[in-house]
Amino acid sequence: MQSIHVRTKINGQAAEFLCEPRQSLLEVLRDVLRLTGTKEGCNDGNCGACTVEMDGRIVPACLVLGAEAEGADILTIEGIAEGSALHELQNAFLEGAALQCGVCTPGFIVASKALLERNPDPSEEEIRFWLANNLCRCTGYDKIVRSVQAAAEKMQQETTS
Amino acid sequence: MSTSTLGPKSTSAAPAGKSGNGAPRRDSYEPNMVLATQTFDVVGTRPVRHDGADKVTGRALYGADLTLAGTLHGAILRSPHAHARIRSIDTSKAEQMDGVHAVVTADDLPEAEDKLVDVGEGDTRLSYVHGNVLAKGKVLYQGHAVAAVAARNQHVALEAANAIVVDYEPLPSYMTAPEAMAADAELLHSDLRMKEFGEQTDKPSNVAEHFHWTAGAVDEGFAGSDVVVERTFDTSTVHQGYIEPHNVTALWNHDGRLHIWCSTQGAFVVRDVTSKILEIPVSNIKVTPMEIGGGFGGKIPVYMEPVAALMSRKTGRPVKIVMSREDVFTGTGPTPGSHVRVKVGASADGKIQALEATLAYEAGAYPGSFVAPGGMCVFAAYDCANLSVDCYDVVVNKPSSAAYRAPGATQAAFAAEQVIDEVASKLGLDPVGFRMRNAAKEGTRRADGPKFRRIGCEQVLQAVRDHPHYSAPLTGSNRGRGVAVGFWFNVGLESSCTLNVNTDGTVHLVEGSTDIGGTRTSIAMQAAEVLGIAAEEILPEVVDTDSVGFTSVTGGSRTTFATGWAAHDAAQKIVAEMRVRAAKLWSVEVEQVEHAKGVYSSNGNSIAFRDLAAMSSKTGGPVSATATVKPRGVGGSFSANIVDVEVDPETGKVEILRFTAVQDVGKAVHPSYVEGQMQGGSVQGIGWALNEEYFMGADGTMKNSSLLDYRMPTTLDLPMIDTCIVEVANPGHPFGVRGVGEANIVPPPAAIANAIHRAVGARMQRLPMSPPAVWAEVAGS
Ligand code: FES
Ligand code: FES
Repeated sequence: MQSIHVRTKINGQAAEFLCEPRQSLLEVLRDVLRLTGTKEGCNDGNCGACTVEMDGRIVPACLVLGAEAEGADILTIEGIAEGSALHELQNAFLEGAALQCGVCTPGFIVASKALLERNPDPSEEEIRFWLANNLCRCTGYDKIVRSVQAAAEKMQQETTS
Repeated sequence: MSTSTLGPKSTSAAPAGKSGNGAPRRDSYEPNMVLATQTFDVVGTRPVRHDGADKVTGRALYGADLTLAGTLHGAILRSPHAHARIRSIDTSKAEQMDGVHAVVTADDLPEAEDKLVDVGEGDTRLSYVHGNVLAKGKVLYQGHAVAAVAARNQHVALEAANAIVVDYEPLPSYMTAPEAMAADAELLHSDLRMKEFGEQTDKPSNVAEHFHWTAGAVDEGFAGSDVVVERTFDTSTVHQGYIEPHNVTALWNHDGRLHIWCSTQGAFVVRDVTSKILEIPVSNIKVTPMEIGGGFGGKIPVYMEPVAALMSRKTGRPVKIVMSREDVFTGTGPTPGSHVRVKVGASADGKIQALEATLAYEAGAYPGSFVAPGGMCVFAAYDCANLSVDCYDVVVNKPSSAAYRAPGATQAAFAAEQVIDEVASKLGLDPVGFRMRNAAKEGTRRADGPKFRRIGCEQVLQAVRDHPHYSAPLTGSNRGRGVAVGFWFNVGLESSCTLNVNTDGTVHLVEGSTDIGGTRTSIAMQAAEVLGIAAEEILPEVVDTDSVGFTSVTGGSRTTFATGWAAHDAAQKIVAEMRVRAAKLWSVEVEQVEHAKGVYSSNGNSIAFRDLAAMSSKTGGPVSATATVKPRGVGGSFSANIVDVEVDPETGKVEILRFTAVQDVGKAVHPSYVEGQMQGGSVQGIGWALNEEYFMGADGTMKNSSLLDYRMPTTLDLPMIDTCIVEVANPGHPFGVRGVGEANIVPPPAAIANAIHRAVGARMQRLPMSPPAVWAEVAGS
């Protein structure tokens, strides 16, 4: 099978890769680029473990072809922390014990970051609505929702002070 | 308590008292009910977990994240039939495909010796484990592994697997226990003979085992009852549903040693079972447990490890196999569907006079359905001298069932707790008051014989009765509140732990318990407590099977209990050694050195742990200690729920308005993760109650093997899950720990069914209580 040459931007850095036409962005991230922080739970768009941001939209990377990433700007879990400082969401997830096994966590953090960028003060209902495509089997979501609320509060304090 | 940020979804009337459901507070932990539990400096606080940063940055390596240089990728060919004889397997086409390096079938496995093997939480016949890894002669369920391929990449492997030609002769299949138990049912295993009351019989049967426990005078008990209720209940097969699919990488090195990396609840189980299947010594196998994306009991069995190993031996290269979600549904787990009859009799004064139950559980393709623990738990919450419990372990044409959080107990509670509720209401008694009047306590004899040691059943019920949720007004039509109680034993098994003191005053903790939900930290905290240092100064590491003493599975709610105990014991040895070092330093007798909260002192001299650690080289060399435990003082855990529902009579949809989980955990080492276990178990119970099921076609194949169609709860389906931790210290553990991982899944389906009954008057006798099922009941009642 002929490989395709793709030029893209991942976590702020220019990135190029070769992929087969049938390879998903998830496969490319994990197997070609070795960015294994993005997880696979179902490979058909129904668990959210593979959530990444692509040109400002959150997408399940398993439903995007690697070739479609041409020219795109992609953010994965590896690009969320700023240098050695964790993002407030990452801190809040740790303080709030919002992860047990942690395999869903990258997807939840990427999705939650996109939410807070659009809506810095979401209600519980809005958080639940936004995160409904991310499955977590361990936590029952309570501490995830609370941690997103805690991060939102913290981030708002930071911007107002 | 910061409940002010709650959005409109939170319909609950009042915040639930001191139930720990507020935003996480690190230092202000106040359990609802503490009985004779000491307070500690580290145990009971909420430090950030040690592996946290790795897990929020995507750096933590789960099994599927590992790719060794030169790795070949595997795929498994699975049976499309629920039950069929394999006439022949032709692998020639697959073998000739470009990029294919190896193909294996059951013929590549050594012949199974007929002996028992420990598979993590009990023994089973080796031939069953063998047969499940790769089918021999017959396939027993759709999804049964038949052959495997290793190839250049997973796409080629999958294509090659599909090019293998298997000639099947389909056979009649049985999907439920009653069908498989029918007199004219064909046998799944021609060599299966029923075991009855502990004795091996020569009766050919699909019933692998029949247990029976009885005590007192059951018939007289019923005769002397003013109210007797008897009902039967059925539950569907459900899956553990962990988000991370099973995975393995195996490298059979040229020196003859086999190295396996995988996501498993028990690295030593993988090592030991693989050694038995492949007939190589355990010392030739090293298993490295990778981070694990959930297990709930379903990642105890060995599925692909021996297969990947065989293909690595054939090719001399590492072989990696990762299951698809469909493989996970059809080839692993699930937890048994059940058929349960329960009969309860009570006198007008509210005393239970007799209890009777028959439980038949679907083991799946091979014996071992956890029906026995179901039978031991069914009436565990009640003190009644007259009882009879009958259990049948039945093989059916579904995947071989695996443990799922308090295995066997949830199905039993769904039946028993509804009948108990009905008896209470017929007697005109409050459902909690009736349960309290009959609650099991220390000394109560369990159905299977043993007497309870100290337990928290009454205290859990008391916490329910006193909880603001229980007395909060609930108005509106089609709304109802239900309660139920559940029990799980918890287990002890075996654990090891080593502590190495560093000269900067930190301590490396080496252990072998896969960390599925923060146990590195709950174990480290117990060592820190003994050493009198901070949790953060302990650096826990989960290591491979070559690098730590034997450690049983992360399961049975045992990890914080048992591996934590090993850490406690190792820390005590460190304290003893540090006293020796201090004695040397001050030239006094060791008996003259005292230790309290990390400070060693004698006659006016004193030195902190950190400073003494810095001098270890001068005082005799490295300080290190190992402890191993096989604890006996396992403490069972009771849990209960209060749940408010609203039923939509038009659609049958049940909405959870408010949910409170109460559990006796003995001692909450890290309250946040204890609450997390209670919330997670509750929500799995809610999914089991309302939506989840294996939807089987008439041909015995699963019609909903994706996460779209197998509907697990999402954020939108749920309210916050309030928790109420009860601490009735377990006298069998140094810190009073019982374990928290399992009992929380037991009451939700029953509590929700009781709530539905109060809301709309329908008695739900089948799980799941999905919209069509509830609608049909409402329409019919
Ligand atoms: S792996 Fe992409 S949504 Fe599940
Ligand atoms: S923490 Fe395990 S799936 Fe969410």
